Amino acid sequence: MATQRRTGGDISVTAASHIVLVIWSFIVIVPFAWALVASTKTTREIFGDPWSLPADPQWQNFESAWDNNVGEYLLNSVIVVSGGVVLTMLLGSMVAYVLARYPFPGNRFIFYLFASGMMFPVFLALVPLFFVVKSLGMLSTYHGLILVYTAYSLPFTVFFMHAFFRTLPTSVAEAAVIDGASHSNVFFWVMLPMAKPGLLSIAIFNILGQWNQFVLPQFLSPDKPLLTQAVASLLSNQRYRADWGTVFAFLAIAMIPVIVAYLAFYRQVQSGLTSGTLK
Amino acid sequence: MQHGKYRFIVGFLVAPLALYAVFVISPFVQTFYYSFTNWTGISPEFDYVGFDNFEFLWKDDLFREAFFNNLVLLIGLPVFTVLLALLFAFLLNVGGTGAGVRGITGNGFYKLAFFMPQVLSVPVIAVIWSVIFSPESEGLANSFLGWLGLGPYDWLASPDMALYCVLWVLVWGSVGFYLVLFNAAMSSVPRDIFEAAFIDGASRLSTFVRVTMPLLWDTIQTSWVYLAILALDAYALVFVMTIGPGGPDNSTQVMALRIAQEGFQNGKAGYASAMGVVLFFLTLIIAAVLLRATRRERIEY
Repeated sequence: MATQRRTGGDISVTAASHIVLVIWSFIVIVPFAWALVASTKTTREIFGDPWSLPADPQWQNFESAWDNNVGEYLLNSVIVVSGGVVLTMLLGSMVAYVLARYPFPGNRFIFYLFASGMMFPVFLALVPLFFVVKSLGMLSTYHGLILVYTAYSLPFTVFFMHAFFRTLPTSVAEAAVIDGASHSNVFFWVMLPMAKPGLLSIAIFNILGQWNQFVLPQFLSPDKPLLTQAVASLLSNQRYRADWGTVFAFLAIAMIPVIVAYLAFYRQVQSGLTSGTLK
Repeated sequence: MQHGKYRFIVGFLVAPLALYAVFVISPFVQTFYYSFTNWTGISPEFDYVGFDNFEFLWKDDLFREAFFNNLVLLIGLPVFTVLLALLFAFLLNVGGTGAGVRGITGNGFYKLAFFMPQVLSVPVIAVIWSVIFSPESEGLANSFLGWLGLGPYDWLASPDMALYCVLWVLVWGSVGFYLVLFNAAMSSVPRDIFEAAFIDGASRLSTFVRVTMPLLWDTIQTSWVYLAILALDAYALVFVMTIGPGGPDNSTQVMALRIAQEGFQNGKAGYASAMGVVLFFLTLIIAAVLLRATRRERIEY
């Protein structure tokens, strides 16, 4: 198609496309950038002069956020999410593998039991869930939250890993069985390593999902708040204290690790989060 | 090996199934059970009250208000998110200059930027936007619109605007995710199809409507269901961002917030469970209706 050349119309379409896309980029980025800059400003600067940079960076905002226990909340979140993701991936892929590879009576029923859990929002059963956790003595405990996070992450993990295990070739596993490997050895030493790409994307999905979980800990862990709960209560607390520099420093501490991780791994994050939905 | 098979299957299923039964299935089943009682959630005693909770719910003005607010989100969120995401995905894929049809330069940067709200937690986003929407003329949103000669507006403090602020933040946070989703689906469409349409003299717009949209129909359908379920929730955003929460004047009440308030603050666990049951059937109906209404012939390419 040597006759096709750049035309004026073509270039103006491209220019218009860029203008639209740049405007939306600003709409997305400005709120985050503004919040990060505000973490180094005084309250007076944040509201009096919202678009300017700080005259004098107020690093003590971060000290005062630290004094408000942000470190403790961060640690609580790290402990719960690490435990939750490891347990979710282990149990989720065990279920998915058995359902994908072993026909037995009730197989489809168990699969749909898990898959249907994806559709219903958690708050629908929130009141009874609270009393279940309470009666087990697991309110405001790490292990309680880890178990609940895992239970609510299973539907998606099972559904996705089920589809993934089905795409893997059966020949390697059959060869291992002929060599005398047990069913569970085949799973742990043959199938899991082969499923690494699927495990990775679904692990990213679960890390982000559990890190950002708010409804479950809000009701199930009132005395041991996680980072999202602490962030959520910033407004109601600070409305009286009116120390907005500290509020934004607190937010910045919550945002920066996630943004850094996102920028470092964004291809994996994007494909991990969207591949789950497409299946 | 065969005799060990069932032991293996049971061994692998028992722990996950037990966990799932205790924390997911049993609370859902209990929701149905408690919806027929007057349980307070505090005392261990309660009576069976038949359909009283549901009758009461039918006449509950506050719940009705919450229902209609959810309805606004249920319509607004999928429509705006899907349209914006489709538009951006189209611009990224065929907005480029050069021979034939090609993607725009800076494609990667745009995807990186647009997707960002998806990785941050709802409370973080809610806090930032509620400060941006501060009603003073020095608030970020007001000072920006001030340059254009508009405002100042009361945003979240105004009963007429607050729900639309919530809708805006939901759309703002979702567009990037669906853009990446649509973009992935669009990239898997062979470029020849666009080129052929182009050579046949189709404009970019008609290529979009006649060629791209039908090819993406499956993905759009799935997105529609996901966004509808998201709109039925909206709890975290409303809880953190709005005055009250749910205000001003209950203008941002949503059903999920009613469940939390009745079940935990007002000591009406039975009544809150009835709301949960209503929501359960609403979710089922909406998913079924959406999947039916949007069903089309599947296109292979």
